[in-house]
Amino acid sequence: MASIDADSLHGNPREPSAESPTQEIIYRHSSAVRWTHWVNVLCILFLLGSGLNIFNAHPRLYWGQSGADSDHAILSISAVDRPDGVHGLTQVGPWQFDTTGVLGWSKTNGEYQARGWPSWLTIPSFQDLADARHWHILFAWILVFNGLLYLLYGFYARHLQRDIWPTIKDLRGIPSSIVDHVKLKHPVGEEAKRYNVLQRLAYLGVIILIALMVLTGLTMSPGFNAIFPYTLDLFGGRQSARTIHFLSATLIVLFVFVHVAEVFLAGPLNEIRSMLTGYYRVPAHDAGHGPDTTEEKNG
Amino acid sequence: MANALSLTRRAALVAGFGAAGYLVANATSITQNPAMARIFDGVEDWTRIAQRTLQSTNGLAPEYRPADISPVFKANGTLNPNTDAYNAHVASNFQNWRLTIKGMVRNPMSLSTADIHRLPAKSQITKHDCVEGWTAIGMWTGVPLGLLLTAAGVSPKARYVVFRCADNLTGEPAKGGEQSPGQYYESIAIDDAFHPQTLIAYALNGQPLDVQHGAPLRLRVERQLGYKQAKYIESIELTDSFASIAGGKGGYWEDRGYEWYAGI
Repeated sequence: MASIDADSLHGNPREPSAESPTQEIIYRHSSAVRWTHWVNVLCILFLLGSGLNIFNAHPRLYWGQSGADSDHAILSISAVDRPDGVHGLTQVGPWQFDTTGVLGWSKTNGEYQARGWPSWLTIPSFQDLADARHWHILFAWILVFNGLLYLLYGFYARHLQRDIWPTIKDLRGIPSSIVDHVKLKHPVGEEAKRYNVLQRLAYLGVIILIALMVLTGLTMSPGFNAIFPYTLDLFGGRQSARTIHFLSATLIVLFVFVHVAEVFLAGPLNEIRSMLTGYYRVPAHDAGHGPDTTEEKNG
Repeated sequence: MANALSLTRRAALVAGFGAAGYLVANATSITQNPAMARIFDGVEDWTRIAQRTLQSTNGLAPEYRPADISPVFKANGTLNPNTDAYNAHVASNFQNWRLTIKGMVRNPMSLSTADIHRLPAKSQITKHDCVEGWTAIGMWTGVPLGLLLTAAGVSPKARYVVFRCADNLTGEPAKGGEQSPGQYYESIAIDDAFHPQTLIAYALNGQPLDVQHGAPLRLRVERQLGYKQAKYIESIELTDSFASIAGGKGGYWEDRGYEWYAGI
């Protein structure tokens, strides 16, 4: 398997660099993957920020075909006037939390305001549905074209089949991979040249989540409903689609946190550089050294 | 790794990330910048063309079962025009309300609500998708707009149908709060006006339309968002341009930044 695996992440060994003669350097990320990755980062930043601003226009989620103020909300953020002042309240199912200062009741330009998500998280920072929708739809289109480019390239270049799609052997290795991740033990040598099974599942998962974001987003569009009404049936209605849109976004945020944390744990310079230039320094077998020791040499 | 990147590629990389960083850091302040407005207008055109290309002209919005009807149909925007003239109409049960059809038509018309009730009616259970995110399902009864327009004889030069309403709106908290006051109006494309589900509605869920839902007449244009569904309609005008009306963008909310094409 080792030779196939080395191929799979384009194991084009380069001349070892003069600074660290023992280090193997491979061409890890093709330019298509690097470009689409960073365009995607920009899209997701804007879509999350503008999405939260849009959400603030009606900070309630429902399940089913319809839902408005008098219907049962499965999640709601509100500002409630109490004898001791205004409180921000967040209700999730049967639970209610006091989220004053962050959700429901927070400061915009130094003044408290009733708003779902706080101004420092939304694009634009002030509450305006029209402006937020402009950003959201602009970056939704860019996300769609960027995603299609990635998928077309991924199938054509077999990146998806070789690097992302987990093999049976990969899947059997899930338990030990979990242990390695918990111990913050990062692969070295040949093993570091390919994505491990948790990486594969995470990247596959985020591809599916982005597709789900696009589909649930389109399901909220009455124009799209008249073109392709079946996604309304698939998701159980416009309000269910809106709720799934919100949940998928939450999972994408979770992915981003873990992804960025792993980049820092695995050696940020080497990892970020590989997504900029394509070249990745394969961590050596030397067990005494953490993955970041090479960084210090170059730092 | 310095040798992996030529200086020009490195400069391009710095420039690219610099531009992206600038965009993220300044998104709020450039939101209403004229250059961004042109980009957003282009995106709206793109969305409209994409949806119009994929929709057949008479492609239908989904219809629902009576069991799906919302227990309470949320009312939004103006809940009562509350002018002397309107209140007098409410007192007389809209007997003297007139709907005029004018502009680029062969036979301008002025119809009473009784005239409209005598025309062939259509009922449909559809969902109302507010731009804010909520949805209500209701059964609308009214006269197909296409029927009225056929009777009026629309000039082939007409491109839009403009609806003028009896309510003066000053904004809405959920859409960003206070806005400049303005007479509500809306406009749709000719194709949408002749769409089989486009109604001048006078009943909701089998009851005469009440004041908060737009009595006596409101528009249903089912493939677009809620702000297109103009209430308290007094006149229907056929035109080839809405540039000279109010803010020139084709509707109350359009003049305040919302898309004229409200299919998404």
